Amino acid sequence: MIELRQVTKIYPNETKGLSDINLTIRDGEFVAIVGLSGAGKSTLLRSINRLHDITGGEILINGQSITKAKGKELRLIRRNIGMIFQSFNLVKRSSVLRNVLAGRVGYHSTFRTLTGRFPKQDIDLAFEALSRVHIMEKAYARADELSGGQQQRVAIARVLAQEAKIILADEPVASLDPLTTKQVMDDLKKINQEWGITTIVNLHFIDLARTYATRIIGLRAGEVVFDGPVSEATDERFAEIYGRPLQQGELLDEVVV
Amino acid sequence: MSTQIKLGSDPSQPSLRPKPPGRLKLYMTAVLILALIWGSGKQTEASLGELFTGMPNMADLLKQMFPPRWSYFDNIVRGMLETIRMALVGTTIGAIIAIPVALLCAGNLAPNRWLYYPSRLLLNLVRTIPDLLLAAIFVSVFGLGPVPGILALTVFSVALISKLTYELLETVDRGPLEALTAAGGNYFQRIAYGVVPQIQANFMSFVLYTFEINVRAAAVLGLVGAGGIGLYYEATLGFLEYDKTCVIILFTLAVVLLIDYASTKLREKLL
Repeated sequence: MIELRQVTKIYPNETKGLSDINLTIRDGEFVAIVGLSGAGKSTLLRSINRLHDITGGEILINGQSITKAKGKELRLIRRNIGMIFQSFNLVKRSSVLRNVLAGRVGYHSTFRTLTGRFPKQDIDLAFEALSRVHIMEKAYARADELSGGQQQRVAIARVLAQEAKIILADEPVASLDPLTTKQVMDDLKKINQEWGITTIVNLHFIDLARTYATRIIGLRAGEVVFDGPVSEATDERFAEIYGRPLQQGELLDEVVV
Repeated sequence: MSTQIKLGSDPSQPSLRPKPPGRLKLYMTAVLILALIWGSGKQTEASLGELFTGMPNMADLLKQMFPPRWSYFDNIVRGMLETIRMALVGTTIGAIIAIPVALLCAGNLAPNRWLYYPSRLLLNLVRTIPDLLLAAIFVSVFGLGPVPGILALTVFSVALISKLTYELLETVDRGPLEALTAAGGNYFQRIAYGVVPQIQANFMSFVLYTFEINVRAAAVLGLVGAGGIGLYYEATLGFLEYDKTCVIILFTLAVVLLIDYASTKLREKLL
């Protein structure tokens, strides 16, 4: 369970990133966070695993405060939260397998990881993760030889190898074409349903959010302006939230499930 | 197609265009640079006339160098091998020390600000000391022989490799680092998995380049008594045996060319 209590983020230049956010996300939910660019979607997501520090309030992960955690305690909380990025964030010059194994670093001592000798279970886990996203045959290819969609699947495999209980995905499909978008979103949905991993995804396309999520959170100027099940998130409701009718760029009609 | 764009069809266009930026700055810069060159020449009393009157002397020296006395070759092989060994040891030790130093000096990766500024200052300080002076200092501390030479080359290698590496480190892609942080990795794990794969090929190339420079530098360190082929330079020049000096120069050239070729090939493989 993820609890955000009166979370506020003010940037050093006094811009308000988030203001007084109160949310509870239960285990196994598939949440889509939608909003215009600059609404604070990314800031909110990165606050949850503390890639960004918040300036007020508190965030609890399964009852444990990540806001107050330091050093090893913080790293152990982060180990349970996998993250997927818009730009994949793979090491391009490393092999796919090594990139997936990088998800395991939180489980081992510094010395062991520096020698690069992962136990056999880790290697098995990495291959299993790669086969989950149908990319096992690329295990020894260099990451930069892969297409965008394949790279994002490697990133998903990394999160699976991490054995994360929560997945945060920051615009995971923003740099992918519609067909690959569908594959990546299908993978995320399948993992959410089969393994019960809580998934929070930032999305630009509202129809994509409606297709995959069980709950939608709308952000505007750092505030939660909508929070409810997919059935309530109609075009009319969003027009109201955005203060104008939905535009072409906010719908991805090609994606048919 | 019925709609075609006709270039130059609108006579009013030129007047609407923005004015190109003035070229005054360019001319002023050129004038300034020429003035600096002329001024420097004037102050150091460099003159083309002297270059011409010196020509016969140069020709004379060259004449004395040829034919090279090839028999001297056997005497200098040991010295040359020592030079290469000094360069090899100095570069290797230097490269190992350079890794933590570069990490401390890279603005984006330095563990904390209090180490970052002193490390950079120290590195700049070391770089301003010429390697020949370093060797002379070490000779006065450790006595004659290859050890002070190796130490001088080590310090020089640390300075050069650290500088090149921290500049490279500052350009690494931060994405993988962010991913490792999110996965619960600590500082060393972030470096090992996020940074090292990004820089290792270039780092090796820097080390090879430094090795090349060090072979050349090691060749003159003997002048201050720090071992290697330089001792033979000093001896032959001192006795005006230019035909022997010529053999040393040609030998050094051959070695440097060989190393240059080998490291170019290696770098191609790495990058």
